Amino acid sequence: MDTFSKRKFIIAGIMLGIAAIFILRLFSIQITNKTYKQFATRNVLRKIITFPARGLIYDRNNELIVYNKAAYDLMIIPREVKSLDTTELCRIVQLERQDLRDAIKKAKQFSYYKPSIVVGQISPDIYAPLQEKLYKYPGFFVQSRTLREYPSKSAAQTLGFVGEVNQRIIDEDKYYRSGDYIGVSGIEKAYEKELRGIKGITKSMVDVHNRIKGKYNEGVEDTTAILGQNLMTGLDADLHAYAELLMTNKRGAIVAIEPATGEIILMVSAPTYDPNLLVGRQRSTNYGILDRDSINKPMWNRAVIGRYPPGSTFKLANALIALEEHAITPFDRFSCSGKGTKPISCTHSHVSPLAVREGIRESCNSFFWNTFREIMSYKSTSAESYQIWRDYITSFGFGQKLNPELSSEVKGNIPEVSLYDKWYTPGHWTSMTIRSLAIGQGEIEATPLQMANLCAMIANRGYYITPHIVKAIQDTNRVYRELKFDKKVVAISPEHFTTVIDGMQAVVDETRTLGATVHLDNIIICGKTGTVQNPHGADHSAFVGFAPRDNPKIAIVVFIENAGNFGATYAAPIAGLLIEKYLNDSIVPKRKDLEQRLIETDLRNVVQVKK
Amino acid sequence: MEKKSNVWANVDWITISIYLAMMFIGWINIYAAVYNEEHKSIFDMTQQYGKQLMWIGAALFIAMLMINTDSKFFVSFAFPIYVIIIFILMLVPLIGTTINGAKSWIQIGSFLLQPSEFMKMATSLALARYISSYNFKMHSYKSLLTLAGIILVPVGLIFLQNDTGSALVFGVFLLVLYREGLNGIVLFFSFLIALVFILTMVLDPIITVSILTIAVLVINHLMKKKIQRTLIAAGLFLGIFGILYLINYLLQGTIKPVYFLLIAAILTSALTFIWAFVLRKRSLMIMIAIYLGSVLFAVSVDYVFHNIMEQHQRDRINELLGIQSDLHGAGYHVNQSKIAIGSGGFFGKGFLQGTQTKFDFVPEQSTDFIFCTVGEEWGFLGTMTVIGLFMGLLMRLIFLAERNRSKFSRVYGYCVATILFFHFAVNIGMTIGLAPVIGIPLPFFSYGGSSLWSFTLLLFVFIRLDASRFEQLSF
Repeated sequence: MDTFSKRKFIIAGIMLGIAAIFILRLFSIQITNKTYKQFATRNVLRKIITFPARGLIYDRNNELIVYNKAAYDLMIIPREVKSLDTTELCRIVQLERQDLRDAIKKAKQFSYYKPSIVVGQISPDIYAPLQEKLYKYPGFFVQSRTLREYPSKSAAQTLGFVGEVNQRIIDEDKYYRSGDYIGVSGIEKAYEKELRGIKGITKSMVDVHNRIKGKYNEGVEDTTAILGQNLMTGLDADLHAYAELLMTNKRGAIVAIEPATGEIILMVSAPTYDPNLLVGRQRSTNYGILDRDSINKPMWNRAVIGRYPPGSTFKLANALIALEEHAITPFDRFSCSGKGTKPISCTHSHVSPLAVREGIRESCNSFFWNTFREIMSYKSTSAESYQIWRDYITSFGFGQKLNPELSSEVKGNIPEVSLYDKWYTPGHWTSMTIRSLAIGQGEIEATPLQMANLCAMIANRGYYITPHIVKAIQDTNRVYRELKFDKKVVAISPEHFTTVIDGMQAVVDETRTLGATVHLDNIIICGKTGTVQNPHGADHSAFVGFAPRDNPKIAIVVFIENAGNFGATYAAPIAGLLIEKYLNDSIVPKRKDLEQRLIETDLRNVVQVKK
Repeated sequence: MEKKSNVWANVDWITISIYLAMMFIGWINIYAAVYNEEHKSIFDMTQQYGKQLMWIGAALFIAMLMINTDSKFFVSFAFPIYVIIIFILMLVPLIGTTINGAKSWIQIGSFLLQPSEFMKMATSLALARYISSYNFKMHSYKSLLTLAGIILVPVGLIFLQNDTGSALVFGVFLLVLYREGLNGIVLFFSFLIALVFILTMVLDPIITVSILTIAVLVINHLMKKKIQRTLIAAGLFLGIFGILYLINYLLQGTIKPVYFLLIAAILTSALTFIWAFVLRKRSLMIMIAIYLGSVLFAVSVDYVFHNIMEQHQRDRINELLGIQSDLHGAGYHVNQSKIAIGSGGFFGKGFLQGTQTKFDFVPEQSTDFIFCTVGEEWGFLGTMTVIGLFMGLLMRLIFLAERNRSKFSRVYGYCVATILFFHFAVNIGMTIGLAPVIGIPLPFFSYGGSSLWSFTLLLFVFIRLDASRFEQLSF
């Protein structure tokens, strides 16, 4: 008899014991533990985001000034990468080997089986050969993206640029995910919500290789991407390019406004850059270069952040206030003895005594000092008179942000009574103390946009519309939605505008230099030059003006930093050419020489000549 | 005269029914695992499920063939079959084809056969033949050496083919030898060493030492029923460990806690051993010796692995055992496998509704990891059914083996049962993270002709032998 027969129970026991362990384990992972279900869903669920094309931007002539072009991101899923010929891949995508290695390392640190970007924003000409060779590189694939393209290469600071979101934005706004683009400055930033559209989310089931296997939950939770909305602006792309050409090798800003609507036609800041530099793979490199350029500061939008003393152009505002407040009449004359005049000397000798029209024409400091003194003695105390003056000035748009779109805009500065009280103690300051304000110097600071706005207000004979860049938004149904803007009426009687405008017309038509450089035969241009003393070097050259005199179409300011000469020499003819180009579409041949000379003039390193 | 009808009347239909049920369930799960929208038909011969049906057909043919073979043939030709397959195995390194890193396949036409699969049957036959011979005595040196030879020659050859999984299967013959009279201590120590080794490698030496300590205390208590002494020993152990740990913590030392456990184990064992020696408690002394030996073994395995071996050697061992704590590496597969089974819940996601296996999150989902599809689509009910079928089959085989008067049939029957058991235990164990990932198929379920045929052959030789249980098979 088999003596070991009972061992069958031990062997069967071992088998049943193992089975029992398995049953317990399966009970635990299949029934008790619910986390495996979540893991399983997370495994197969892939949210695929479809990026809508960003909205387009048109100029006032319906010309495209910003659109999208195709670009491609080279993506990697580290887990699927097999042996890698980095040399060839680097050659195709034009990347240093170390950079590629670093990118792959970074991707691995992020996730082994989720995709990350190795090389972003590959242009279509690199994409073509890459696509052919991609089969050699398992684990790599290409995701398409759209990039901004700026065909006219102008208005860089005004249009702004698009960049990748940073962690702070991601934390603040749940819409954005790492790698998304957002408008960083200018119009791109101001109208981000309209331009970006709405991302679409498709929830798909994917296999382990991220290949789509079907819709999750039958597509119930999917949303389609909604295209970005298009923006219609008042900008004139051709004029912009021309303005930037004229501003070659100059520092400064140009703003032009259509007075009747408040549409900004031009917003130029010089030196500028090609907005296409801040697109694509070289974006961060180029951004660094532009951002570090502390001499030219090309990223600055001087039109809204430049805080300049307005200089003689400000005399127009003072003239209007004086006339309205009856501090002077159009016929009141003040004498001037040229450079010897006290307390403010005049720049040149001219007819004397003179009334407001000639005062404007000659930009007579003496006349405007007397005018300002009259304004300031209107009330019993200087402080009260100053407050009245200041209320007028601020009603013209100074000392406040004008444009609702550009977040970088500064207020400028029209000092409060309290400032002078603090500086000089109350009651101890008079018109004499603050006489610089009479000629737009001293403490006051204005942006070129505010000066252009003043000009538009004069052109409109008493009101201005909030100056704006975008005038209408074409929504997703391709329907135009006109934007509404406030109309600000100033408390100046129409006849005073006639007086001041007479003076402005005289500036262009009756002075020797402007008569030769700005005056047009078919259009009456009204303007005012300015030479602005400043602590930063040579004088700024400024010109404000509008045209035509009746039913004005354009109000413009040209401001050239440290041009070192009278506004008449540089700023005025540039404004003249722009007005001519805008209203006549072309420059008459006899002014081509002038145009050429202005383009070629380099005003970046002017040393002040003692007058 | 023997009539064919006699054979069919005597075959064990219960075993055959379980066998058929397993193949059928395996087949529909293969269909679900590699389901392809473009080839919806389960009979599509370009897909694995279509092919598996062919393999099943061929397997049934093999089964018929075995049943129609004279049972004396297996007894007479046990050694020749063994020698022939050993010979083929030796040829594999020369003419073999490499699949998944194992050069263990022979290509005949478009068929791929894995001789190591058939080696299991051949070795079983040889063992049965040798153990049932008259001059066999389990504990004679000659017999033990011969047995070792019969088992270790194929193991060595299969190891050389880089097919660790198949080689390890042969270890299960220890159970057969145990049944035939091998001293239980051999089995006990083999089991203990394997357990300690795997626990240390898969988990951590700290856990191993803790488990061993708890086990020895519990066993001691169950044997002696003296709670105070057990608690004193436990307190001693914890006290020594606690003091060392505290000192290390206060001095901000960097010594690994496992060494404190080791010192606690050594000191506690030494004190208890002296006590047992004085009082002449022999069984306690043996137990302490085994305990301390295991603890030392666990710590030294860990030490050798981490401090003496080179990284590439470690990688190799990890690869062989399928151990990798990194969820992106080898551990990824086990994790995904557990996710697939775990996500099935009680009722499962339903036929063809599994996502984890179908979308390739689980590797080898139609072969080594077919159990994942069962778990995901049929849930706890499905996994219980499979485990139930296996237990039914194994218990039935042991019953059949025991009812055979012929020693040959019995030994062979145990070989079949234990081989199937080993596959069952390791394959399902690896899918639920209880066994290292060594690639061996789940018998009758996994996709593949070679394994299905070899298991069919293995099983039906026994069914044929069992059908002849009333005949005189001795020689």
